[in-house]
Amino acid sequence: MSTATAEHHDHDDHHGPAKGWTRWLYTTNHKDIGTLYLLFSLVMFFIGGGMALIIRAELFQPGLQMVDPLFFNSMTTMHALVMIFGVVMPAFVGLANWMIPMMIGGPDMALPRLNNWSFWIMPFAFLLLLSTLFMEGGGPAGGWTLYAPLSLQGGDNLAFVIFAIHFMGISSVMGSINIVATIFNMRAPGMTLMKMPLFVWTWLITAYLLIAVIPVLAGAVTMLLTDRYFGTSFFSAAGGGDPVMFQHIFWFFGHPEVYILILPAFGIISSIIPTFARKPLFGYASMVYATASIAFLSFIVWAHHMFTVGMPLAGEMFFMFATMMISVPTGVKVFNWIATMWRGSMTFETPMLFAIGFLVMFTIGGLSGLMLAITPADIQYHDTYFVVAHFHYVLVPGAIYSIMAATYYWMPKWTGNMYDEKWGKIHFWVSTVFLNVLFFPMHFVGLAGMPRRIPDYSMQFADWNAVATIGAFGFGFSQLIFVYVVLKCMKGGEKATTEVWEGADGLEWTVPSPAPYHTFETPPPIR
Amino acid sequence: MLFVLRWLGVVSAALAGQNAFAALGDVNMTVGVTPISQEVYGLHMLIFWICCVIGALVFAVMFYSIFKHRKSKGAKAADFHESTMVEIVWTAVPLIILVAMAIPAARTLIAMEDTSNADVTVKVTGYQWKWHYEYLDSGVSFFSSLDAEHAAARQVGSGVDVSQFEHYLKEVDNPLVLPVGKKVRFLHTASDVIHSWWVPDLAVKKDAIPGFINENWALIEQEGVYRGKCAELCGRDHGFMPIVVNAVSEEEFDAWIAERAPVETMADAGAQTVAATTEDDDADREWALEELMARGEPVYAAACAACHQANGQGVPGAFPAIAGSAVVTGPVDAHIKTVYVGVAGSAMGSFANQLNDVDMAAVLTYQRNAFGNTVGDTIQPAAIKALR
Repeated sequence: MSTATAEHHDHDDHHGPAKGWTRWLYTTNHKDIGTLYLLFSLVMFFIGGGMALIIRAELFQPGLQMVDPLFFNSMTTMHALVMIFGVVMPAFVGLANWMIPMMIGGPDMALPRLNNWSFWIMPFAFLLLLSTLFMEGGGPAGGWTLYAPLSLQGGDNLAFVIFAIHFMGISSVMGSINIVATIFNMRAPGMTLMKMPLFVWTWLITAYLLIAVIPVLAGAVTMLLTDRYFGTSFFSAAGGGDPVMFQHIFWFFGHPEVYILILPAFGIISSIIPTFARKPLFGYASMVYATASIAFLSFIVWAHHMFTVGMPLAGEMFFMFATMMISVPTGVKVFNWIATMWRGSMTFETPMLFAIGFLVMFTIGGLSGLMLAITPADIQYHDTYFVVAHFHYVLVPGAIYSIMAATYYWMPKWTGNMYDEKWGKIHFWVSTVFLNVLFFPMHFVGLAGMPRRIPDYSMQFADWNAVATIGAFGFGFSQLIFVYVVLKCMKGGEKATTEVWEGADGLEWTVPSPAPYHTFETPPPIR
Repeated sequence: MLFVLRWLGVVSAALAGQNAFAALGDVNMTVGVTPISQEVYGLHMLIFWICCVIGALVFAVMFYSIFKHRKSKGAKAADFHESTMVEIVWTAVPLIILVAMAIPAARTLIAMEDTSNADVTVKVTGYQWKWHYEYLDSGVSFFSSLDAEHAAARQVGSGVDVSQFEHYLKEVDNPLVLPVGKKVRFLHTASDVIHSWWVPDLAVKKDAIPGFINENWALIEQEGVYRGKCAELCGRDHGFMPIVVNAVSEEEFDAWIAERAPVETMADAGAQTVAATTEDDDADREWALEELMARGEPVYAAACAACHQANGQGVPGAFPAIAGSAVVTGPVDAHIKTVYVGVAGSAMGSFANQLNDVDMAAVLTYQRNAFGNTVGDTIQPAAIKALR
């Protein structure tokens, strides 16, 4: 028995990736699947970005120049669905696939075949979703929040959207189960929970959030489906239902979802800043506790998205106080990162630039979030461009920048080649300038009274909208630099060392670059 | 702490409200014209300055570190990586700031929710895509939709330079008239999907939800015209259902109410487009085809064109065409029912309360004989009256 195992083991060592396209279809290798997720996310980034540019092009000037308002609404709806479910979430799962086994000294994900399936559901889910754009009546146009009864009014795209959401949900839940199973079962001996890199911790907590709330979303959209096609009245007052109940259920999913989109980013930043400050992460334990607190709070703040629906005063008070509380653990995180930088020995390669960009602009988004928590003021901010500015500041220089930082940071490990530092830095600076030109003016027009989700607006908002559109096109096209740098790095370049970065710490920096197809088949010793 | 915050509030109000920021009306929240809107503005500026101070401190430390502690300047990395004391401090200090902030916010919130002892009550009903106002004390009611000139200008390819309109997309046919110095209570509801009635100068934003009634109130202190918009995505023309509030003196308001007939309809209210006198609304007489056609055309423009389009072609897959429609060119009863009752589970609501007998008969007749439809028959107002 033991001989047979040894032989089999031997055989595995020489076993590389399969040849041809079936490698990608049948793969159960965490690195291959990670790559698939990341490339999928990159493609969707340009599809969702294209939609954003259509939105911004129409908003360049007052008056309707290009699109029908209904198509405009379906662009805002699809842009959000694609960016949330097709870009940020798959990118984080891709990074988890690549990095978690290597970070904890495990050979692969715990459930490799499930892993393959989690990925391959995604392209079909998005095929379903995007196909609605070519149907009679167009894509969903009721906003990504799918509020009843508006979402029930459209054509049959609703059924496609709901099934697409179910598929994405199944994919996310399976991916999360896999991540939880991997973290609890595949750690190298000696890799205790409190030794795990923060990225592993934040993903562990994110995975639990996903498992908890994706079924809630599934329930909500299924009720929409039966309301639309099977005569139920969950959300119709005429039939004894309640349209506001949909919002409560949706945001019980939706608010934790917001943290699903940012917690892994916290993990990434917590890896990158210590590396380039050449100093260990400050307050590791408090970072773990802060993440857990944010996750807990995310379940009890959902109705702050609904301060205008007419809740009882006590409800509004509770959700105001609970929401304000979130800024405490979030603040702790920002302070810890700054303390990590403090008296370090910093260099500013591209990953560090993106990490600092994250830190600065995520803080701006966090502060506008604190403003939004003040309920009386929120009643003025609600559903205006101020909110659009707020969540784009936390999602674009937040989630998206962390993904780019992670890509630059770990790409040498993935490909074995250093990326082009000069173009990486250009990418950062051009993106950052245009990003602020794009999103900062949205604060102004929002405060001045411009509602969100409108295809046309009054003259007083014209100047800042024109500025924002210029920023949007600049930001959009500067992402082509990113594609260029990634493709160039995949093709070749200066060979990366094992450690890659001078200050790098962690198990992923102990394997050669590029990382072999199988790593840590025997567990590494943990200091 | 509280003292400091109150002081900060005063400074920010002085700084922002009166002079410095007042000029920046297009980049900041309006101060508004109600006691609540002024309180809300004060809270907004207070939390804004708090955020600015926090942000400035955080960024100052961060950028000091970025410029000072860099390897190229020979900085050697220290090795400290935890301090319970520091962690406690930067948890506790924000907590204290939050508690201090929560107190004035809660006070304003309580005041906002107090809708008791109102002098005037207006029921506001959201429709796709217009508002209906009903003064519950006097029974005056009317629809309020986007001004016809703006509605024409905002079409794709209209060729109209919209910058000629001073209040582009913020002008309506019938503004809501309210008295100043009186506590006005709003009751919000909707007939089809969720809308949200928002007038920034009143700091009133409340969702209008079908089947439910929400309350809100405003005490306007200054005469003037205040403009707002629907704030909740409500379908295709969400961006085109503005709100105009005309705040007038109490005497003017009373006179305005007095001269209005207690029950009005859209066609009456939209008097600019439809010439309506009581004689013209005689539902019992026989109407000629030409008469109905002439009357039906503007009603179609006001009531139907938003979805079914001005050319009657609809939007494929979303809104059916009128031209060549089986319903419109088919039996009279089914056609009447579609408009009078609506179509369950679709955007087609009931127009029974939106159109009077003559208007509905006219628009039905118009649909049957326009856009290439040539049914040739008329639907008489009497037939609609019989349904009521």
